[in-house]
Amino acid sequence: MPADLILTVAVQGILTGLVYGLMALGLSVIFGVVRVVNFAHGEMMTIASYAAIVAFGAWNIDPLISMIPIAVLLFALGYAMQTVLINPFINRPEHSQFILLAAVAIIMVNGLLIIFGPDARNVLVDYALDSIEVGPLLIDKVRVITAVLALVITAGLFAFFKLSRTGKAIRACADNHLGALVVGLNVKHLYALTFGIGSAIVGAAGAMMTLLIDTTPNIGPVFTLQAFVIVIIGGLGSMPGALLGGVLIGLSEAMSGLFFAPSAKTMFGVAILILVLLFRPQGLLGRKA
Amino acid sequence: MSSLSLKDLDVFYGDAQALDGVSLEVPQGSIVAIVGANGAGKSTLIRTIAGIETPRRGQISYKGAQIGGLPSYKVCNLGIGQVAEGRQIFPSLTVIENLEMGALLPRARGKEKATLDEVFGLFPRLAERRDQLAGTMSGGEQQMLAIGRCLMGQPDLIMFDEPSLGLAPAVVQEVFRIIRLLHAQRGMTVILVEQNVAVSLKLADQAYVLENGRIVMQGSGQDLLHDDRVRQAYMGL
Repeated sequence: MPADLILTVAVQGILTGLVYGLMALGLSVIFGVVRVVNFAHGEMMTIASYAAIVAFGAWNIDPLISMIPIAVLLFALGYAMQTVLINPFINRPEHSQFILLAAVAIIMVNGLLIIFGPDARNVLVDYALDSIEVGPLLIDKVRVITAVLALVITAGLFAFFKLSRTGKAIRACADNHLGALVVGLNVKHLYALTFGIGSAIVGAAGAMMTLLIDTTPNIGPVFTLQAFVIVIIGGLGSMPGALLGGVLIGLSEAMSGLFFAPSAKTMFGVAILILVLLFRPQGLLGRKA
Repeated sequence: MSSLSLKDLDVFYGDAQALDGVSLEVPQGSIVAIVGANGAGKSTLIRTIAGIETPRRGQISYKGAQIGGLPSYKVCNLGIGQVAEGRQIFPSLTVIENLEMGALLPRARGKEKATLDEVFGLFPRLAERRDQLAGTMSGGEQQMLAIGRCLMGQPDLIMFDEPSLGLAPAVVQEVFRIIRLLHAQRGMTVILVEQNVAVSLKLADQAYVLENGRIVMQGSGQDLLHDDRVRQAYMGL
């Protein structure tokens, strides 16, 4: 097999992985602060994907543009979910939170099935098939653009948590819940805000994803699992970890497609997960508990 | 004039009653000590005033307004600050970030700069360590940070819950010096819950003894300090 081909596939895999990483970042942020595992994460991404597909189909809006209003929409959805549904469950046992969010996930998938049917849809922008030549490599233009956007959004989020008052207050809640109550932070509002931010991120990722893969309602659960795998590989709560995990998964998928069969791609992701759990259970960039 | 007043307060954790008909008065500008054994309900009392626990029955009024059942962020914004047991700082935030968190209350906005200078004046150690992660500091420094963070919120009344617990004797002296200073120079009202009964009674204008969630004795700090039952039960004399 020619080295150019391998390198091309590897680079494409890494670029796709950055978008996966962005998707998983939303899950990581929510868990890191609210300590709730969003079992409807992939389904929320799918909702965002369909919103982008509708916006393109009806008004010919590029997903890279529609991702902004879609992120806002998903922020509102996430904020409302935390306030209305999850807050009453916050002090209940984890399994009841799981059942709640699993139910939300099932409702989302079936709602999408009712509205859009089971057929795969995609967005064919006019630059969808363009590629960029880098030396001997031929890289898809959409993958380069979405990967750069994923990095920019992550950097923006990092700056938000590091520099803004609200971002610091959210970190304070994650750090010491009682301490946050003691200094008079509005913890419930900050939790809802965090859930909204995590949802907005997955919304942006979902809109971008329409340029990379076909969307069906049933990819929701697949991406929920994918997000878990990525976040656990990278380290729960670590922002660079989510990106690194995404890159590893994207790379392993691309390589398994090239050397074995595309249908074997999940196997390699899970194999990495098992190795990480065996040798570095806190995740590659995670901190020891 | 009474600043804070509790009337017939009942608080439950599930079915277990933690406070039973507690009534007390905290006059404006006074130091009130609350004394009692472990599990008597002292911390519950503080947490209930702070709005972290919700009373099942009874009234809490502050400067004439009913505050029972308000969420903690609203109570804090009325000027009721707290230095909690175990300090409750944010370990993975820096010292300066911890202090900023104290100043997010609407009542403290716009005064951060001046208050920060005051806090650094009171605790020069915090200024030296402003960019250090709070979790890497010593227990005494963390206690200074907890007090400084509370002051950033512009409180009129501060509740101290076991401020000397686990600290070296020299640091304990320093903590009590600060409490006295805040009271004398700034006219702050103080509620003091302290395992060191002798010191807290000496400091207090008024004191209450809490036993199994009930107030069993009350009086001036001096009276309780010389009361045989208090001396036997809490000072081992």
